[in-house]
Amino acid sequence: MKKFLIPLALFLGLVIFLAIGLNRNPREIPSPLINKPAPAFSLHTLEGDAMFSPADMRGKVWIFNVWATWCVACREEHPVLVAFANKHAVPIVGLSYKEIQPQDEAAKLGPDAKLQVARERSWVWLKRHGNPYINSVMDLDGRVGIDYGVYGVPETYVIDKEGVIRFKHVGAVTPALLAEKILPLIDTLDKS
Amino acid sequence: MIAELGHFALILAAVVAVVQAVLPLVGTYVPQPHMQITLQSLARPTAALQFVLVALAFGALAACFLNNDFSVQYVAQHSNSLLPKPYQFAAVWGGHEGSLLLWVLLLALWSVAVALFSRSLPLDMVARVLGVLGLISVGFLLFILTTSNPFDRLLPAALDGRDLNPLLQDPGLVIHPPMLYMGYVGMSVAFAFALAALLSGRLDAAWARWSRPWTVIAWTFLTFGIGLGSWWAYYELGWGGWWFWDPVENASLMPWLVATALIHSLMVTEKRGSFKAWTVLLAIAAFSLSLLGTFLVRSGVLTSVHAFASDPKRGVFVLIFLAVVVGASLTLFAWRAPRVTLGGRMALVSRESFLLANSVLLVVATAAVLLGTIYPLIIDALNLGKLSVGPPYFNAVFAPLLVPAVFLMIPGSISRWREAHVAELVHQLRFTAAAALLVALAWPYFLGSWSVTTVLGFFLGAWVGLGTLQQVTVRLRKPGRIGLSFWGQQIAHFGMAVLVVGVTGVKSYEVERDVRMHVGDVVTIAPYTFRLDRLDEVQGPNYKATRADVQVLRDGQVVELMQPEKRRYFSSAMPMTEAAIDSGFMRDLYVSLGDALDDARTEWSMRVYYKPFVPWLWAGILLMVLGGVLAALDRRYRRTTP
Repeated sequence: MKKFLIPLALFLGLVIFLAIGLNRNPREIPSPLINKPAPAFSLHTLEGDAMFSPADMRGKVWIFNVWATWCVACREEHPVLVAFANKHAVPIVGLSYKEIQPQDEAAKLGPDAKLQVARERSWVWLKRHGNPYINSVMDLDGRVGIDYGVYGVPETYVIDKEGVIRFKHVGAVTPALLAEKILPLIDTLDKS
Repeated sequence: MIAELGHFALILAAVVAVVQAVLPLVGTYVPQPHMQITLQSLARPTAALQFVLVALAFGALAACFLNNDFSVQYVAQHSNSLLPKPYQFAAVWGGHEGSLLLWVLLLALWSVAVALFSRSLPLDMVARVLGVLGLISVGFLLFILTTSNPFDRLLPAALDGRDLNPLLQDPGLVIHPPMLYMGYVGMSVAFAFALAALLSGRLDAAWARWSRPWTVIAWTFLTFGIGLGSWWAYYELGWGGWWFWDPVENASLMPWLVATALIHSLMVTEKRGSFKAWTVLLAIAAFSLSLLGTFLVRSGVLTSVHAFASDPKRGVFVLIFLAVVVGASLTLFAWRAPRVTLGGRMALVSRESFLLANSVLLVVATAAVLLGTIYPLIIDALNLGKLSVGPPYFNAVFAPLLVPAVFLMIPGSISRWREAHVAELVHQLRFTAAAALLVALAWPYFLGSWSVTTVLGFFLGAWVGLGTLQQVTVRLRKPGRIGLSFWGQQIAHFGMAVLVVGVTGVKSYEVERDVRMHVGDVVTIAPYTFRLDRLDEVQGPNYKATRADVQVLRDGQVVELMQPEKRRYFSSAMPMTEAAIDSGFMRDLYVSLGDALDDARTEWSMRVYYKPFVPWLWAGILLMVLGGVLAALDRRYRRTTP
């Protein structure tokens, strides 16, 4: 009798692991940048001549969000960010990542003209879908993206008062993620 | 309106499925004979009605796609008005919700087939089998209705759809999922027969005989579906490979391995009355692994190229369903199996023992694949970190298990039932073995390079191929009509031989080059020279593409013009690679276009592959499929009286 129970026992063991696995996200890959200082950079912003650098945000807990107008998932994420920005006083900085893709007609333009085109497109897009960002920076060649280890747009980082990356999420943020993870994290970081 | 009708038909189908599941099964327990007959007789008509309703729902969804009804969310997500019509239809199963609907439709189709072709079965068996199938259908219909309704409206309606994933815009999509699902879902029939036998307590030769043709048909579809998937990945994905040990590929390989063991084990149970408990367990395992595959794909617990957008609610539902179905059937197994009588005696060396050894090897191989597939999940669950298991593990574990299994195919099919003699087998097979060895040593010599694994692979292929031919010639010399199942067996085994040679040849002799090329550049591999002649911009119905003209030369003569493309679909930012493949009898040439490396788009990265023996893979799989079809058509299974 006992030996006929072995398959059932093995299967129940498997189910337990699958049940635990369900609560994990295989895409949640621990970034080597967590608890490391956010890489420094200085980039053009969406409007005006001023440059932006993460050092400008010292003393504030802020969200750094990587996006692009060509990114389909960003369109899904965007209303969530806009709603969040309207409700909470957490500054969000946008990184417009490789706005002009290699196959794009505009890719042939010179650097200044490219920046112009990218700014225009991003501006129109934000006008239409709402602008949750206190500031947007233009990462045209994607170098800042490389420093931050971006491998899928959108991506979202939480950076603390000392300029240290505390959290990273790959893919679109959801209201649940904001409410259950990001907001509590920002609250504790704000108090420290 | 059409969408609402489809939704309504689906709800009705769920209600009918509940009736089909409950009443006939209750009918096998009530004491009054007339009640028994009344209730059990409900099984067939309810199965037919359920099929009609699910088909209506499926037709409604297809109509939404063909009418470009973008007020249906699922349509808006997976279609586009510019998408060619055949793909608009195939897009029905291009996403999660629709592919589940296809699953249920095929399950209903199998149920109707069982209802129609079961006239020789006792009514109570029909009631049990269709009842179990009805239970499975209830589960899946509830899954669709509660978590994945394809008929949900999108208000306001989208102006146009987001388009079908460009990867899926290929003739492969039109047939690969339905074939694979036919295989997966077909395992439910063998499962239902096994459960019916356990419920009735009649685990006998008759049960094995009834299950065999269904299992063979399901196995054939599964083989064809996996083969198509592999062919599709090779041809469409532009990666130049045909098997990646991706979790979802593994999810289809596992039921295939167990189903292969099941087919052979059922034969022993039918002919000799042995291994009954083992056979039932295999039937349960084959379907459980199909369900597990569904869970792995749908829940997003593993990352895979096949995983659709994941939703934890769906994962929870499938997991609970899996736990209930498999848990209940294994409990039933533990309760009933101890009462099963042992079959005929067998010696240590006999056809039974060879087949048992092979089925154990296949099950161990399945366990190895399962372990590799869910290992990342287990490690993560135990908080030991994140990792992935790659092809080196699978190659290292899988090959050593399959080598003896393939070797045993010949002694297993040539030896006698009950008791065989080693000396006799050696005597029968000595020339075959010698010839196979000769082939294995000589062939690599002509192909130019040697290694132990190459010789071993060619030996196994030649051994199975020649051993099969030997059996055919021996049989042809004997008098008597030869049944289709004999031809089916031999052709399928020969297909395996061709496949083994193909895999060995590709692994041993493929050459892959990644190069950067300007117009006019050449790259040479073995006897072939590839010259990039020109680059053009071309326009497709819903994409623009860069197309390269690559002339292939051999000894200074042009043998082929290959035209790989890099496509940019309007609705998606993701560029797609259309590889150009020139297929011959002995080799494939494969050219795919990578990325432009400069702003002027004159220099491109290109992949140029020389892949010998690839056509052998497809030929081997097709032979196995043909063998399966012939075996299933054998007259023995169509007799109305047992």
